Amino acid sequence: MESIKDGEQKKILLQGNEAIVAGALAAGCRFFAGYPITPASEISEILSVKLPQLGGTFIQMEDEIASMGAVIGASLAGVKAMTATSGPGFSLIQENLGYGCIAEVPCVIVDVMRGGPSTGLPTSPSQGDVQMARWGTHGDHPIIVLAVSSVADCFSVTIKAFNLSEKYRIPVIILSDEVVAHTRESVTLPESDQIRIFDRVKPDVPPEWYKPYADNNRGVPDMAAFGDGYRHHVTGLVHDEKGFPTQDAQEIDKFLRRIHSKISKGFQDIQITKTHLMEDAEVCVIAYGSVARSALRAVRDARKLGVKAGLVQLVTLFPFPRKSVDTYLRQCRVAIVPEMNMGQMSREIGRINQAGCRIVKHNRIDGQLITPEEILKHLTTV
Amino acid sequence: MKSDARYEIRFSGSGGQGIITAAVVMADGVGAYDNKHVCQTQSYGPEARGGKSKAEVVISGSPIDYPKALRVDLLLAMTQAACDAYFSDIKSDGLLVVDGGLVKQLPTSRSVSIPFTRIAREKIGRELVANMVALGAVGYLCGQVSLDGLEQALLSRVPKGTEQMNSEALHAGIEEARKINLDLLPKSVLSEWEDEL
Amino acid sequence: MLERAEIIRKEYLRHDKKFPHVWCPGCGNGIVMGALLRAVHSLGLNKDEVVLASGIGCSGRMPTYVDFNTIHTTHGRALTFSTGIKLARPELTVMTVMGDGDSTAIGGNHFIHAARRNLNLTAIIINNSTYGMTGGQYSPTTPYGSKSTTSVYGHVEHAFSIAELAATAGASFVARSTVYHATHMEEMLKKGIEKRGFSVIEIISNCHVQHGRRNKLGGAVEMINGFKERSVTVEKSKKMSSDELEGKITIGVLADVEKPVSTEEYQRIVEEAKHKAEIITRAKEKNGVKRYEE
Repeated sequence: MESIKDGEQKKILLQGNEAIVAGALAAGCRFFAGYPITPASEISEILSVKLPQLGGTFIQMEDEIASMGAVIGASLAGVKAMTATSGPGFSLIQENLGYGCIAEVPCVIVDVMRGGPSTGLPTSPSQGDVQMARWGTHGDHPIIVLAVSSVADCFSVTIKAFNLSEKYRIPVIILSDEVVAHTRESVTLPESDQIRIFDRVKPDVPPEWYKPYADNNRGVPDMAAFGDGYRHHVTGLVHDEKGFPTQDAQEIDKFLRRIHSKISKGFQDIQITKTHLMEDAEVCVIAYGSVARSALRAVRDARKLGVKAGLVQLVTLFPFPRKSVDTYLRQCRVAIVPEMNMGQMSREIGRINQAGCRIVKHNRIDGQLITPEEILKHLTTV
Repeated sequence: MKSDARYEIRFSGSGGQGIITAAVVMADGVGAYDNKHVCQTQSYGPEARGGKSKAEVVISGSPIDYPKALRVDLLLAMTQAACDAYFSDIKSDGLLVVDGGLVKQLPTSRSVSIPFTRIAREKIGRELVANMVALGAVGYLCGQVSLDGLEQALLSRVPKGTEQMNSEALHAGIEEARKINLDLLPKSVLSEWEDEL
Repeated sequence: MLERAEIIRKEYLRHDKKFPHVWCPGCGNGIVMGALLRAVHSLGLNKDEVVLASGIGCSGRMPTYVDFNTIHTTHGRALTFSTGIKLARPELTVMTVMGDGDSTAIGGNHFIHAARRNLNLTAIIINNSTYGMTGGQYSPTTPYGSKSTTSVYGHVEHAFSIAELAATAGASFVARSTVYHATHMEEMLKKGIEKRGFSVIEIISNCHVQHGRRNKLGGAVEMINGFKERSVTVEKSKKMSSDELEGKITIGVLADVEKPVSTEEYQRIVEEAKHKAEIITRAKEKNGVKRYEE
């Protein structure tokens, strides 16, 4: 039986983790290394089936440190690669994540957040890894962190994550959470010809001219793969434009400033926010991840009660979308920031708040998703 | 149903009863085969068997914001413990459906009692498919899914070789539910002004 | 001989780059690097298809100096990067050079799992019994009773035998040599690189600046001569009692087994999976079903 009209695209039922897999494969990911962990294991399991079918590689490593090492190795050999984990594994990933930042290796890391710290609450959602995603690995470093709130997001944001990582030569972290990961929703996935894919720019100069870390107008050097004939050097030490370790203060400064500025140059492209009912909003909710859905419901309910409420959903968490959030802080008298942590993003929002907007935190850390009712209470009383 | 209205079903019981599978098949039937918006969530503990098991399906004509149930339209309880834990989340005009063999104390008279597990054992020969008997009944009683779509979804989701058994179980549940006249159940007096809130 | 040395110098070193190197005069690392380059040269490998990875420590600097695809990774993790590179591009010859602390302390877990996994990789472990770069602290191969900057009263732990550890963990090929035995080392490296499967070549080396000085083992010459005196071949060691073998270095091939190589096994899986996927796609096209889950 077919209840779908001709020409109408068929919906399919997918779990958040499945949609991340679908997005990754659509983006061209052909390598995955991981270690089993709840609530991210489905990503490994499905990719272990799908990747070999596409000529790609799946490997289960001995831990998350190894997973991240293998992902970087594969990417350096020219293959789009990713790993997926949750809090405890995300802690282990930090070491080689820093390597990815300094050696400018495109790759995607999915962190399906669960309650922490430590082993914490393996089967409950949380948003406790937000600042860790930004600052978890040591040293000043640039990073891109995106958040997903629905199954449809899991697909499109994963593609975006690969595109950004390839374009800017940087690890991109996708923050999911237990609710998004395990929710099944009916979605319509776009056909492959409707998806835009960005692949890293390869050098077109002869090997003797190739400088693997030379600056250019994008601030993102062309990237050769091992085996392409360029025989270049890659290191976790601060390096000169040929890729060799340097102790020269000028070279050090130039390099480190470039890897930061390549991201700030791309702010417009990287910083994504979505808004709902913000046109005439006087009170806004700023939310991300699964909480953004509770917030949307609350905003709609508040409108029914005559409150001019709106939602600002952060898709990009870092680099923090300062410009657009600032606009809404100037527009609204109150901003409610519900989070399943003690206020990791509200701190960022407070930091840039120069318009005197009142920031109201709402924090829930009992392993339960914030309900629309809780947010509505704020919307109707502030 | 108004396009942004929600219909919420909660499946509940204990781990190993196939609660989540039933909810997933329901969601697939609604979402993939009936082409409505659907959101299916579950909560679970570390144990694969035993413990409380809960899964929810939210159905709407438009995209769904909050993915979990707000006020349950239909609660399926496959154990007394699940019935006791969740019946208070049912809307005043909502419906409680229980496994009559396992749930003896009914907290409301707006309820339907069918011995799913006994039917599975006696008619199909396997207690294991009690969840599909229940799914058949829920699918019929909720009026939110085409029964053909539900069967299609079931066939695409159950292990190979068990299709016939599961399909028979689904039909047994539908048949039992057909015998029930929902109009004969007591109405809630609360429902009319509750909607105003 | 001289002619070959000239070719090695010209063709395999990155002259315009970062010489002079960081190693102390008399260090064994240079001897290992020379033997490795000669081994690669005599095997006739294409430089474009050779990868040399390293971890952290004095040995970690080796890739900087050689003209292959090179990567200097994080401490202990070199084998994980190599695993990714090899799986992504199986046609490359991937070698990993590590120190004793690098491979068996911080990287111990990766090391035994790489051996168990049996990818077609070559691990070269330069064992100098200490953490040289950080100032001579005790490592997993520091002998019992030895002095180091973190065991000034004498070391109370026992040392790993790296080669034996590798063999037990499942490596296909395991050999040991010393920096005294430069020609023998080259032979072992050649065998290891040629071997299909995970191969480990442990090379006993000297850190006279840290380990030697604190334990009154003399300078580079004395220490390297000591390796000569203490070494016995695998064949000879079989006829010796455990008492006689005390303090000796067994050199030669310790393990050489044939077993399925997981790099190749995975290629077989890929072919099978592709084939299955094709059948499913064809069946779906036939039935007009188009579903992601299948």
